[in-house]
Amino acid sequence: MQDFIQNIDYMQLLYCFITGGIICVIGQILIDKTKLTPARILVIFVTVGAILGGLGIYQYLVKFAGYGATVPLTGFGYNLAKGAKEAVDQYGFVGAFIGGTKAAAGGIAAAVFFGYIASLISKPKMKKQ
Amino acid sequence: MEKIGNQTIKFNSPPTILNTASIVGPKESQGPLSKYFDKCLEDEFWGEETWEKAESKIIKETVNTVISKSGIPTNDIDYCFAGDLLNQCISSSFGLRELNIPFLGLFGACSTFVEGMIMASIFAESNAGNNCLCAASSHFCSAEKQFRFPLELGNQRPPTSQWTVTGAGAAIISKTGVGPFITHATVGKIVDMGIKDSNNMGAAMAPAALDTLITHFKDTGRNPSYYDAIITGDLGHIGKEILIELAQTKGYNIKSNYNDCGVLIFDKNSQDTHSGGSGCACCGSVFSGYLFNQLKDKKLKKILLIATGALTNATTAQQGESIPGIAHAVSIEI
Repeated sequence: MQDFIQNIDYMQLLYCFITGGIICVIGQILIDKTKLTPARILVIFVTVGAILGGLGIYQYLVKFAGYGATVPLTGFGYNLAKGAKEAVDQYGFVGAFIGGTKAAAGGIAAAVFFGYIASLISKPKMKKQ
Repeated sequence: MEKIGNQTIKFNSPPTILNTASIVGPKESQGPLSKYFDKCLEDEFWGEETWEKAESKIIKETVNTVISKSGIPTNDIDYCFAGDLLNQCISSSFGLRELNIPFLGLFGACSTFVEGMIMASIFAESNAGNNCLCAASSHFCSAEKQFRFPLELGNQRPPTSQWTVTGAGAAIISKTGVGPFITHATVGKIVDMGIKDSNNMGAAMAPAALDTLITHFKDTGRNPSYYDAIITGDLGHIGKEILIELAQTKGYNIKSNYNDCGVLIFDKNSQDTHSGGSGCACCGSVFSGYLFNQLKDKKLKKILLIATGALTNATTAQQGESIPGIAHAVSIEI
């Protein structure tokens, strides 16, 4: 545990938070200043991530910010594209259809699992604002 | 009664608003008008399993309250006009299924309460019945689920959005009585200025409110200063400003005596509802609670109540259709 704390790269942490934060700020601006619905913003983020991932651009952001770039929705898109590219190398054309879901399988299954657990133990309530 | 001008009914022997009742949800209970409502709920479920059931219970109990306040037996109420925002108006029909009063369901979106008052007044004055009941309800959670996103999604509401009032209002309108009287009713036309944002209903409905407002003045020969208060249903902060500006350009200055139920029901600073309140219960509860009280106390003697409605649904919004607006007005005097 002590080793873990001593080995934390604080600059890396800072880059991670700033990058993740900027991505979220873009989402907030889109909600406040445009008429886009949250569902559309979600799709835009995933698509942008997939396109940037496919073009090989997003990986630089991942290298720079780590989870700050992979945890937001754009990271999910990047993961889909990355998985598809790798599977194409392995399986050929059909890999483009297999790879994305395969790479994102952990995230998808976790979302379904935790969503189910949350629906069992909680009840939706009125918003605060 | 007779028709005057283009869209206005003048009641020659004006029907009386015998009594009113209102029940509101927890957020409305924290607002500036809380002391005027008959009942303030502590939670949005009110002991029910679903929001739809809760909304039905709210309208049912509001109707029961107005009947017991009025002191007339249920058998003596000849018709009930009621409506709400949910598909096929289920809050009203499920809530009032045990009422045993001839029922006519209404849909005028958030203008339903005044639509009901107009229908009840016409029935009462025309001898079709002596006592007519009108009611309308809405619920924040059921409305969000139907018109926007399920609350489980937990998404943010944009700054222009309004807060659907949880609650209901009900009134009994009688052929004879001591007032307050409904003297005129102006039935609105559908006005669509092409606004497509279902998170900016105030802007979509303001042109309809303007149309009804101006038509009412032209038909009756009155001007804004005739009324102690001109109150719209649920234009909210944004729609209110738009209506003041639009009226100004048409030569009517309503700035000094105009307000909106969606602005009155919540405190802008302490309750962050963004652009104010909306929903059938907004106009319904503010009139049945606050405004009726002011009329009874003679603090207001002449009011023009204009309920506004956005005649949209979730499918048309997703298909990119614009939002047709409507507004109905009643002139209430003591």
